[in-house]
Formats: sequence, structure tokens, C-alpha cells
Amino acid sequence: MALDVLIVDDSAAIRKILHRVLVQAEVPLGKVHEASDGNEALEKLKTEKVGLILSDINMPNMDGIEFLTRLKADPAYKSVPVLMVTTEGSQAKVMQALALGAAGYVKKPFTADQIKEKLTGII
Amino acid sequence: MEPVKIERVTQQDIEQAISTAAREVFETMLNLPLEAEASVMRHRIEPEMFHGVVALVGVAGSWTGTGHISCSSNFAQTIAGALLMTEYDSVNEDVLDAVAEVANMIIGNVKTFFEERLGPLALTVPTVIFGRNYQTRSAGVKDWVLVRLHSGDEAMDVNFCLMPSRAPHHLPHRPEMLTA
Repeated sequence: MALDVLIVDDSAAIRKILHRVLVQAEVPLGKVHEASDGNEALEKLKTEKVGLILSDINMPNMDGIEFLTRLKADPAYKSVPVLMVTTEGSQAKVMQALALGAAGYVKKPFTADQIKEKLTGII
Repeated sequence: MEPVKIERVTQQDIEQAISTAAREVFETMLNLPLEAEASVMRHRIEPEMFHGVVALVGVAGSWTGTGHISCSSNFAQTIAGALLMTEYDSVNEDVLDAVAEVANMIIGNVKTFFEERLGPLALTVPTVIFGRNYQTRSAGVKDWVLVRLHSGDEAMDVNFCLMPSRAPHHLPHRPEMLTA
């Protein structure tokens, strides 16, 4: 069954790379939506249902932690797995994201295999 | 009375952090080799006319600093091509975005390196500049560590400064309050 995905990152380059990695990882992709910050992501989710979210942490307007907090507080999206993909490497941030309900965490720079390995345990 | 422990950030620390972070980014994301020269301490960046791409990423917290990454237009196109697996023959939006992201990853990993000893630090969103005949200057910064990185015939300069904040500036220790 095809999986619709939302990629949230303020860098268009990273959004393109993650899309490519999902294809390489042979994820059965449906639609791939993109958003450049948490606000835009929440807006997208009002009209698009997705089965997986990949999100950065450091973003303008609404960062990944606030986005994750709001997402997990909404029963409609609570069960959607979120993989954090970010430069943010502090242990406190990692623990916080996981405590909020992130399904996993990958630190930039990353390899396609690292993303694939994390997704295997999530989808 | 217990002596006050002063944690210092040395030139060698910065050199090691930059070299390690840059090599990891280039080898993992770009599949490009990278060699670092020994670092140079510069007490100011002399204004000089520059042609090419500059990316700036700020570090804030109880210590504050700036990462200043510069390279030629050609190298910026090479970096973007390697990152996005597309050929570029001019500096366009994709190229600027790619250089900004590479700077974000390098300085972000340098920040993580120093957080272990300096406490929580935040990172600004990168700013990228492209043009001909321009100068850049950071007000109030005296000591910069320059690490020149080579990939084939191309070079990238990473200048980094890190100093205690002038005024007490504490990022909240509750992680949920951090903005980084």
C-alpha cells in the first residue's frame, strides 16, 4: 500500500535529498508533501493525510520540537510516526524529541542506509 | 576557597571540531574528499574584496560566536552538484541552498562538540551571500580561527570565533525551552 509522506525542513536541498533517499530505500511511496517549517506542516496536514513524517528541528517560525508537541497533542495525528532528521546533536534535544513521541532520530550528516535502517523499524 | 575552574576554548579545539565536522559532511553527504590545513589564528579578518559564496551561521548562549564559510562560485556549484546529484553551471537558488545547508551541518556539529563543555548553545538559521566585489565583517570579533579545507583543486575557508557572552545569557536548562 502506498505511503504518503510529509518532509519538513527549511532547506530545499535536504527535502530533495530525503525524497531521493525514500525512493532509494524502496519505501512504497504515494504522494510526497513538503513544508519548510512547523507552521506550514500543520497547514498541510489540514488537507493531506500522511502515514509518515520526516522533520528537522532547527527551523524558523515553528521549530521541530513545537511541531512535534502540537502534532502529538492532536488525536488525529498522534499515531503518525515522526522521524527527526536534524543537525541538532545535543543529547537533551534527542531525549526531548523521543519523550514527545518521535519514532526515531537521525543526525545530519546522514547516509541513505541510516535513514533506511531507521525507517525499517518504523513503517 | 575552591579555585574557579575556567573552561577554555583553544585554537586546537576549534581546529579539531571544524576538521572533523567538515570531513564528515563532505564524505557522508557529498562523497567528496577533504583535506584540512593546519589552522591559523587571525586577530581580525582584513577587509578584502571577495568574489563567491559566503555562508554565515551564528552560535548563541552563554558563549557566542559565528561560523563564516566561504568558497568560490565554482566550488559552490561542485558542492551543490554533489549534494543534489545534479550539474550546475551557475550559482542559482539550489546552489545557495546547498551551501547554506553544508554550512549549517558543519557549524551545527562544531556547536554540538562545544556544548559538552560549555552547556546548551543555540544555532541561527544560516544566511548565504553571493556576489562580486564585496566585503564581510563581524562587529566586535577579534579572534578568528581559520581552517582552510581542500577538495581537489578547490578550497573552502571556515572561519570560526567563539567567546563568552558579554552579558549573562543563559539558555534555559529545561530542554523544551531551547530554541535551537
